[in-house]
Amino acid sequence: MRILIHLLRSPAGAAGLAMLALTLAATALTPWFSPWDPYALDFGAAMQAPSASHWFGTDNFGRDIFTRVLAGAVFDLRIAVVCVFVPMLAGTMVGLVAGFFGGWVDAALMRLTDVVWAFPFYVLVLAIVGVLGASEANLYIAFFLVNWIGYARIVRGETILIARLEYIEATRVLRFGKLRVLLRHVLPNAVTPALVYAMSDVVLTVQAVAALSFFGLGVQPPAPEWGILIVESIDYMREAPWMTVFPGFAIVWIGIAFSLVGEGLSVALKPKG
Amino acid sequence: MFQVILKRLVMLIPVLIGITLLGFLLLQVMPGDPASRAMGTRASPEELAAMRKLWGLDQPLWLQYLYFLRDCLTGSFGVSIFHKMPVIGLVAERLPFTLAIVAYSTLIALAVALPFAILAALRRGTVVDGAIRHVFVALIAMPPFWLCYVLILWLALGLGWFPTGGVGQGVGENLSRLFLPSLVVGLSTAALIQQSLRAALIDTLKADYVDTARAKGLSGAQVFLRHVLPNSLISTISIIGVRVSWIIGGTVVVEKIFSVPGLGSLLIDAIVSRDLPVIRGLTVFFAIMVVIVNLVTDICYALADPRVRLE
Repeated sequence: MRILIHLLRSPAGAAGLAMLALTLAATALTPWFSPWDPYALDFGAAMQAPSASHWFGTDNFGRDIFTRVLAGAVFDLRIAVVCVFVPMLAGTMVGLVAGFFGGWVDAALMRLTDVVWAFPFYVLVLAIVGVLGASEANLYIAFFLVNWIGYARIVRGETILIARLEYIEATRVLRFGKLRVLLRHVLPNAVTPALVYAMSDVVLTVQAVAALSFFGLGVQPPAPEWGILIVESIDYMREAPWMTVFPGFAIVWIGIAFSLVGEGLSVALKPKG
Repeated sequence: MFQVILKRLVMLIPVLIGITLLGFLLLQVMPGDPASRAMGTRASPEELAAMRKLWGLDQPLWLQYLYFLRDCLTGSFGVSIFHKMPVIGLVAERLPFTLAIVAYSTLIALAVALPFAILAALRRGTVVDGAIRHVFVALIAMPPFWLCYVLILWLALGLGWFPTGGVGQGVGENLSRLFLPSLVVGLSTAALIQQSLRAALIDTLKADYVDTARAKGLSGAQVFLRHVLPNSLISTISIIGVRVSWIIGGTVVVEKIFSVPGLGSLLIDAIVSRDLPVIRGLTVFFAIMVVIVNLVTDICYALADPRVRLE
């Protein structure tokens, strides 16, 4: 709660949160202001340029692109948030334990992260989804296997620094339990940089989810996921460029929103003095 | 210097073993029988049995791994089901295009990032600095696969400045054909370089030796070009090295869209045709490539920075 107040005080954070709130509100309230159905076909209205009634134009089946982009937000935001925050939770726990206790667990973990980091992100995610098969569930598995590494590394590094600080020494004098120290005193401070990193991770994950769906390896049609909207537009790109351009703007919009929140967070969470 | 390189080479061995192990395990997590997954439902039991034997799937797991390790060490990286040839042969045909995009995009990234990093560092904290930062944030927010099509629409179909894709004969034609794919990869690298170079320039401008250079009467431009910029660029080398995995990964998507017959196209085609040995061999090859480039940038960094060299 205190973080949220600090976040709202920084102009970047407030702007980013406002953009996200606007997106969520527009997605939830679509039927209240849009007369169009994202799935209903209307061949009479096919490939109309953007206008007052169709803000982003219509596609080759006469569907309103603005309404479809809003319907797609449900898929892209859900997948991106799960694909970032679930691995963040797992990676944070691993990093915390490795950094706090050290020893062979830590050494083994570091070697593992060295190996995984050698694989280019897109190559590894594509290969995992390629082996498992294309589906939304396998998308979650692929991103989980790849994304936790970054958080484990960041939180481990922070934990090692924090464990040396005087106030952690003090808990030893006070004979606090190790678990209590770890969860109540180390975790809240170690997780801060991971949270900032998570925001840039969301930006890249939204793009990767859309890219995988674009190649037919993620969410499957007829879901109006943004990558699918773009791949379905390619054949009509010359006649109806708005079909390609606007779903991409949605990804850019979300990307800028999360970048701004990340910028605000890094300011809000910076220790004073 | 020689010892530094030797130490790095020895440290590579466990990482390389880990890479082959991970690549091997990748295929093991696949649900069901790899042979029937690869051959589809039309394959007869005899064909499946022959396939299992060819892949060594009838052998225990540890032996299968040793076979794969042997394939990597002898340089074949396995045999493609679809192309009926060693993976390394497929890689050799396509590697030059991928390396060309990596190099070309890095040059573009430097050309884009350098002026804006200098401008932002010299005008730090002003509206100009803020505006540059926001433009680069917007650049990072653009999904590369979409940016490809926007550039095709605008610069290739609209203005006709560049072809829409493919590769041609000779350096001159490929410089034009590979420009758009390299630009897409380069723009995301540019954002990264701009941020780190700006920070490095601001730090360097505060250094004592810069004050000394000014005190001995060098002009502002001389101080900047001779002392500030070269020293700041050293840290940029290591940033490019750290992110080379990202740059190489970025080529995958872009190659497929611009029909460049590189390693990325090969990977996506292998995934679509379920050519599992190629997926595995290529994934491992990509990781080895990243490790080698990292090693080379580390050595360059050591050569450029005497403090590292003397350690």
